[in-house]
Amino acid sequence: MRRYFSRKLLIYGLTFFVAVTVNWLIPRFMPGDPVASMVARANVAQPEAVEAMRAYYNDLFGFDQPLWQQYVNFWGAMFQGDFGISIWLFPTPVSTVINGAVPYTLGLIIPSVLLSWVVGNRFGAYAARRKLLDNTVLPVGYVLTAMPYMWLAVLLAWALGVIAGLFPVAGGYSFSMRPNWSWTFALDLLHHWTLPFLSLFLVALGGWAIGMRNMIIYELESDYSNYLSALGAPARLIRRYAFRNAVLPQITGLALQLGVLVAGALVTEIVFAYPGLGSLILKAIQNQDFFLLQGTFLFIVLGVLIANFIIDIVYVVVDPRTRAGMAGAQA
Amino acid sequence: MTTLQESEPREREGMRREALHFAVRNAKLVTGFGIVVVLLVLGMVGPLLAGGTPNDYGTRPMSPPSAEHWLGTTTFGQDIFLQFVHGLRATFLVGVIGGGIAAVIGMLVGFVAGYRGGAVDEVLNMLTNVILVIPTLAVLLIINAYLGIRSVAVQGLFIGLTQWPWAARAIRAQTFSLRTREFVDLARMSGAGTWRIISREIAPNMSSYLFMTFILLFGGAILIASSLDFIGLGPTEGVSLGLMLQNANQWSALQLGMWWWFVPPGAGITAIVGALYVANVGLDEVFNPKLRET
Repeated sequence: MRRYFSRKLLIYGLTFFVAVTVNWLIPRFMPGDPVASMVARANVAQPEAVEAMRAYYNDLFGFDQPLWQQYVNFWGAMFQGDFGISIWLFPTPVSTVINGAVPYTLGLIIPSVLLSWVVGNRFGAYAARRKLLDNTVLPVGYVLTAMPYMWLAVLLAWALGVIAGLFPVAGGYSFSMRPNWSWTFALDLLHHWTLPFLSLFLVALGGWAIGMRNMIIYELESDYSNYLSALGAPARLIRRYAFRNAVLPQITGLALQLGVLVAGALVTEIVFAYPGLGSLILKAIQNQDFFLLQGTFLFIVLGVLIANFIIDIVYVVVDPRTRAGMAGAQA
Repeated sequence: MTTLQESEPREREGMRREALHFAVRNAKLVTGFGIVVVLLVLGMVGPLLAGGTPNDYGTRPMSPPSAEHWLGTTTFGQDIFLQFVHGLRATFLVGVIGGGIAAVIGMLVGFVAGYRGGAVDEVLNMLTNVILVIPTLAVLLIINAYLGIRSVAVQGLFIGLTQWPWAARAIRAQTFSLRTREFVDLARMSGAGTWRIISREIAPNMSSYLFMTFILLFGGAILIASSLDFIGLGPTEGVSLGLMLQNANQWSALQLGMWWWFVPPGAGITAIVGALYVANVGLDEVFNPKLRET
């Protein structure tokens, strides 16, 4: 087990290192000049002002130092939680801007991912080898997984929000309200949260159902299932064993899908103008706010790595083979 | 030995014929590929038949579908059908480039890691795992944001460069199970090099698997590209289905009730990707006799 965890941690450490390095490399070695584009965005005409701004940004990026020094400084600043100053919300530090958005994204993504995983697995397990259900769950599942996240979000917003008028289609809470600890505000928050949650939940649901259905069929064909049924065990019992075995690859699958799920959450937030990281990224891109964009990137990478590690721990708890040091999980 | 060599091509021919026999009778495969081909033809022929440039402003803005504008017009009077058929081209292109590059890298890494094993495998596997864990869209966001001018081809290139790890992992596992087979041993004993063994012995024996991997990568590339477009990092010129969705969202098509603006592009993407997935299940049934419905 120690080997399993040390290997995982090594991979995550390396990944974080690569991500930070990429984050540092891209602004410096991409064609194009971010400083020039930021100066151009400010729309100043006087050459002295342009020169001053250029010097300011060069100093901010630390472009006047040797490369290795820039790289070391980059790491140093990051460990102090210094991601620079947002240009869109000047002069708020990027970390403050991100901290304000993270709760919304987490509040959206954690319930939708967990619920869709649980419900999708149940559906898929139930539908496998049941002709009628299988013939409905499978096509619906394929349509759902093939949908771009933002499209289902738009459709839901249109049908349930604009036409039926049941839910608001924009914002994290009503514009007339200010965030506070009260029941009315909590209800309002929930009201705004429902549609984005539902669209994330539905798109992810299809994939899990299909995956589980295939795994269950595979398990039901295996020797232990045949042996159990030869012994005269009830079908329910065999299915329960099959489910427990089939859940393991689904846990690994959850870890593999994290990136896609985060991406889905980002675009869904944009559709609903939900005040999470997705909307932040949109604003950062529209305003050429590279500090904000890069800070958000690091936050997302860090979040995905932590989630991966939690899933690894869950896997060890669920699968005794990894604890015994046998080859259970793939590293 | 001579009889074996003589019978081999015939046997392969037979297998191919058998696969074809089941392929044309597989409803999933036929429907899936049918939908993809129809959309592909629409994307190829549509722009030629319906003349004009897709982003031209028209005289009748915000009109619902009519005989003149089959799918209606945008707030700026752009013809949505015209945008749709041009957008299909961009979508297929990004799928081919992104899926193709990812498939090639995935195959190279997977074959070499699986066949060579040992230290080579350790290093390649570590690399695969690292890139697998990084959330791809976030990396693509950063790269595309710093790219001043973006084109469909460059978008596809970067998608390809980030999407290969799961394919590499799957192909590595398959190669692992093939490398200890007798025919591979035989080839090795007869002095064949690594590349020859991989390309002549291992790859042909999993060609169906490789093709299916490519299909999934193709669909995945389309979905990722549409997300990028939607965030506002699509190609700076031209149209794509994702860009249409982005425009519809940006100009409040939702609030204005202009459903004809945001329904077609999303439906197009869903149809292509969904049809590919269904066709893939069909292919699986054709190549794997165990899964065939009898």
